[in-house]
Amino acid sequence: MSRRTIAVLALATFLLALVAGLGTETARAQGGPIKIGFLSPLTGAASALGKDMLNGTELYLDEIGRQVAGRKIELIVEDTEGNTQTALTKARKLVDQDHVHILSGGLLASTGYAIHPFAEAQKIPTTYPVMSSDDLTQRKPAKWVVRTGWNSSQSTHALGDWVIKNTKYRKVAAVAADYAFGWESVGGFQRTFEEGGGQIVQKVWIPLNTNDFAPFLSQVKRDADAVFAVFFGKLALQFMKEYESNGLRGRVPLLSNGTTVDESVLPQMGDEALGTISTLHYSAALENPTNQRFAKAFEAKAGKIPSYYAETCYTNARWITEAIKAVGGKVEDREALLVALRKVELKDFPRGPVKIDTFGNPVQNVYIRKVERVGGKLQNTVFFTYPNVSQFWKYNPEEFLKLPLYTRDYPPCKSC
Amino acid sequence: MTRRRPGMLVGVTVVAALAAGVAPWLPSYPLTLLTQAMIVAILAMSLDVLLGFTGLPSLGHAAYFGVAAYAVAILTTERQSGFVLCLIAGIVTAAVTAALFGLIAIRATGTYFLMITLALGMVVWGLAFRWVSLTKGDNGISGVPRPDLGLPWSLWGPLPFFYFSLACALVAILLLGLIVASPFGMSLKGIRESESRMRILGYNVWLHKYLAFIIAGTFAGFSGVLWAYYNGFVSPVDVQLVTSVEALLMVALGGPGTLLGPAAGAAIIVFLKNFVSVYTKRWLLILGAVYIGVILFAPRGLAGAFHRRSS
Amino acid sequence: MVSSEFWIIQTFNGLSYGALLFLLASGLSLIFGVMRVVNLAHGSYFMLGGYVGLSVVWRTGSFAAAVLAGAVAIGLIGIAMERLFLRRLPGQTLGQVLMTIGFALIFQDLALLIWGGDPYSIPVPRFLQGAVRAGALSFPTYRIFIIVVAVVVAALLWLALDRTRVGARIRAAVDDGEMAQGVGINVPTLSLAVFGLGACLAAAGGVIGGAFLGVYPGADFEVLPYAFVVVIVGGLGSLPGAMVGSLLVGLLDNFGKALFPELSYFTLFAPMALILALRPTGLFGRA
Repeated sequence: MSRRTIAVLALATFLLALVAGLGTETARAQGGPIKIGFLSPLTGAASALGKDMLNGTELYLDEIGRQVAGRKIELIVEDTEGNTQTALTKARKLVDQDHVHILSGGLLASTGYAIHPFAEAQKIPTTYPVMSSDDLTQRKPAKWVVRTGWNSSQSTHALGDWVIKNTKYRKVAAVAADYAFGWESVGGFQRTFEEGGGQIVQKVWIPLNTNDFAPFLSQVKRDADAVFAVFFGKLALQFMKEYESNGLRGRVPLLSNGTTVDESVLPQMGDEALGTISTLHYSAALENPTNQRFAKAFEAKAGKIPSYYAETCYTNARWITEAIKAVGGKVEDREALLVALRKVELKDFPRGPVKIDTFGNPVQNVYIRKVERVGGKLQNTVFFTYPNVSQFWKYNPEEFLKLPLYTRDYPPCKSC
Repeated sequence: MTRRRPGMLVGVTVVAALAAGVAPWLPSYPLTLLTQAMIVAILAMSLDVLLGFTGLPSLGHAAYFGVAAYAVAILTTERQSGFVLCLIAGIVTAAVTAALFGLIAIRATGTYFLMITLALGMVVWGLAFRWVSLTKGDNGISGVPRPDLGLPWSLWGPLPFFYFSLACALVAILLLGLIVASPFGMSLKGIRESESRMRILGYNVWLHKYLAFIIAGTFAGFSGVLWAYYNGFVSPVDVQLVTSVEALLMVALGGPGTLLGPAAGAAIIVFLKNFVSVYTKRWLLILGAVYIGVILFAPRGLAGAFHRRSS
Repeated sequence: MVSSEFWIIQTFNGLSYGALLFLLASGLSLIFGVMRVVNLAHGSYFMLGGYVGLSVVWRTGSFAAAVLAGAVAIGLIGIAMERLFLRRLPGQTLGQVLMTIGFALIFQDLALLIWGGDPYSIPVPRFLQGAVRAGALSFPTYRIFIIVVAVVVAALLWLALDRTRVGARIRAAVDDGEMAQGVGINVPTLSLAVFGLGACLAAAGGVIGGAFLGVYPGADFEVLPYAFVVVIVGGLGSLPGAMVGSLLVGLLDNFGKALFPELSYFTLFAPMALILALRPTGLFGRA
């Protein structure tokens, strides 16, 4: 054999040794710590949201001393880089190598759809605190997945209804991020709004990596009664600014979904956001005692007001521990744990009372909020509450599910 | 090259046998990483045909990888097509894309070639991102099932899928090895060394480069087909610039023009990324340092470093 | 829908976006022209400039100071990169690509470490806010400002290249580096200066652009393709090329998004591929 071959062999052996090292089995004895695997984007463009998710989770676990039902809780965090391929690899690592008892986290809708078959195949109890795609608990539910957060159209159904009943807006232009979350949020609003007699007169879809909003915003119909917007993160920040500089603010009132003015971006906004009416199952300004306490504790830990990402992961952690309590800490019985996860019903989460429907999605309050400046800071003041909103709004689930998923072209834009 | 081939052959056989032998005892996570390494190794080797053997640095190689992955994802989710059809469709899509882009790119050399391939890669990325009705845009296409080969073992299991990927990687090594050792491969190396000399000697340089471009694209497509099946998910991430650059890094790290070097480079990068990110959130810093370190300290890659010492 | 107002507004939008692209891409083009370096860290200069500007605005409240500080700080980083690293790789295209992408990854992570991942927007001085109205049309003042800045920068660059000794040397180095060296031009020093200037311009673009594009992680790789398209279309190393390329790309991108949203990137990249097929060196480039 030549030296070169030996070199190749040495390298290969090294790699295999590395692999074997990776595979070192960790003790799986009963009575060890309860392991929760948490997927979160800690690097890349979405890392600020990932940090909120992690802070929310840790805040709750610290409150209970990282212990439940007589067992220690070990949180194993993996970075998804905001990328579904990576999230899948890391999910495999958490389940196969770390032997977590529960898998949780995730940000992107595509991650949810990709983890669904994985959770089913591995039979691993899984919770989604953030991923909100409607079909994850509608037309493509997974037995092993429980959603502890919300679904995209849950709150926008409510807003459509509210606008009809409380305003004179009847012709609304939708301006939204061009991906499933935007489509579903707009679809929910459109359905209840049009059934109440309103008209969506335009749909402007804005690609996710848009950095100049002007070509899109200059198309928005100036004679619309209002604009309904769906954005998140830096897109939301830019949208608000550009809405003003393109001459729309003050001319066409602004309605939005929750993420557009979520507390993850609101502190970086200025007066341009004032007056925006939005809808979500949470607001950091909620006045119930649990939220007041949570918001204070979160600010102390993270140095910023809690976003919905923070709240939903705090709630998610509590949800999981409630289920663990219910099975007396015997998380090794996966079936029992799953049943317990689906039975959690509490009245005092920061977001309000929550129970779960048969499809695995929370039934919870939806709040109509308005951006106001209080004590020098912007906040989402809650001024109306829809109690116990289901993912199917007031429709019969069976009939609801016979209709297609909300997409770019459904419901069709009849008045465009 | 020809002289060294028996040694190489022995090396490949031993490594493959070693991997195949160890695999059943590995837990499934390292096994899936090994699988990933096999698939990405095919991509790196395909790029080596261009970069290492022909001297053409392509900055858009993810395009051919990606179009094949998309072809498989669309066919399996919309048409429930079987493995053979998907394999052929994926590879043909990649080859046709390469044939088309090659017409534009081959005219340029050096930096211009780099820029043009970058631009062409962007065209594919733009379509993946915005042609929503076909590609589902940024959401990506999920739910790609593992192929059913009519074997007694389901490829849903990590072990059978690993063996499947290993077999595919071996086929790719064999075919690519034959190509680069053939008279055609020799002419490619001649072009790499001196294009004008080859032209004077009467070789059709353009045609050689063009064929190399298509061959590289075709094998990248093969890799892309496997990648779609492996992840069960395809998105614009698969065709973005960073993916192309990562493939270049694998080749540079392993040693351009050695075929097996880039394969090893691919394995190292796959493990490094997944290994380091377990211990630190700052793995991007480390990956960045690896890029710079490779260029400064091992400009001819690991194979080059070994080779220098042994000769 | 497609009225004359539509054309006027969208042309204006395209021009102002093109003006910002010029700030970003002119440096990349010059760097390439003198040094033949494909700098994949150029988007990082844009992003880092924005972040530095943000910090300065927070401290001082001065927008002008932010632009200046961002440009100078990133210019120094550019100089350090050239002097300490890239100079070791003359003529190694692949090595330069991998090294600059390595820096881009490091810069991305450092920015995350220093400024966190939250998206921000750089506050604009009051006199640049609002819009200029002309009949039914309104033009954001800030976009007019960007156009003015780009025109001034372009004029200065042109004067410097065309009317000064240094400019003549740079042009000589672009045309033929070896020959320039041979007639006694200090090409390494020139390269250093050009690299620093290119980083400066990109960073200034980052601060100015940060006011309406935002400052956020990922901005680096989002603007990079645009810079490359401009340079490829205009021709590597050509200042008129960078000007025409920026305007063309700004307009193409804008009308592509407005008229054919499904194909918006295609309408940007396909004409570029076409130009390349016909003129591999771009509109103004020389082989």
